Amino acid sequence: MIKLDEKKDKIRSDSLWRDEFSVFLERERFVGRRQLIKFLTLTSLGMFVGNVWILVRSWLRRDQTFPRQKIAFAGEIPIGGVKLFRYPTPQEQCLLIRTGEDDYVAYSQKCTHLSCAVFYSSGDNQLICPCHNGRFSIRDGAVIQGPPTRALPHVVIERKGQELIAIGMSGKLEG
Amino acid sequence: MRRRITALDGIAALLILLLIVQVWLLSATLDAFLAGHSDAALPGAITSGVIFAAAAGLYRFVQRIDRAG
Repeated sequence: MIKLDEKKDKIRSDSLWRDEFSVFLERERFVGRRQLIKFLTLTSLGMFVGNVWILVRSWLRRDQTFPRQKIAFAGEIPIGGVKLFRYPTPQEQCLLIRTGEDDYVAYSQKCTHLSCAVFYSSGDNQLICPCHNGRFSIRDGAVIQGPPTRALPHVVIERKGQELIAIGMSGKLEG
Repeated sequence: MRRRITALDGIAALLILLLIVQVWLLSATLDAFLAGHSDAALPGAITSGVIFAAAAGLYRFVQRIDRAG
């Protein structure tokens, strides 16, 4: 540090503009390293906080319960037909698809890639996201092709007489 | 002075490596969480905490060598 000061004094005596523009490369680099290390340590703290946040959310999710909600009557939609409904909250849109005489499946309509609304293509018998051509299996919601990496959240349906009732979700997306 | 700068460079490089691991850990844990699997959340948080403790230890070490002059 003393050496730096000596150098500064020498340069100061050399010219007046050096005094006005008092930036010394060596000293700046020295501070820069410390700033970088401090920044990296704070970023590491941020990552840790993110992981703790995920942990807390997963603990809260463990206690999550889903409402029982009547979504349709059996036979209300034709084979290969689709009905839209909202579950488990009024903000979350889902698709009910009749795949056979007595077969119904339901999935969240929100693509797991960038949340675009997926639609059912009866010709391909797949759920397709129009944004990036992501495709999901109608059988289990698994990704067939495209950028999504996670399966579509599946709505669990129970049949009670002629009523189809949503009772829960698996692989539920948060937020 | 030169040795101190070399030590700071080494610490910064080590911190960058630790951060790369931590970023990967956070993205993998988040991906598993969004897919509906909560099993990875606790090991992820513990490992991330250990990495942060190591980063904080390195930062304390830098402060100590500065104080030592």
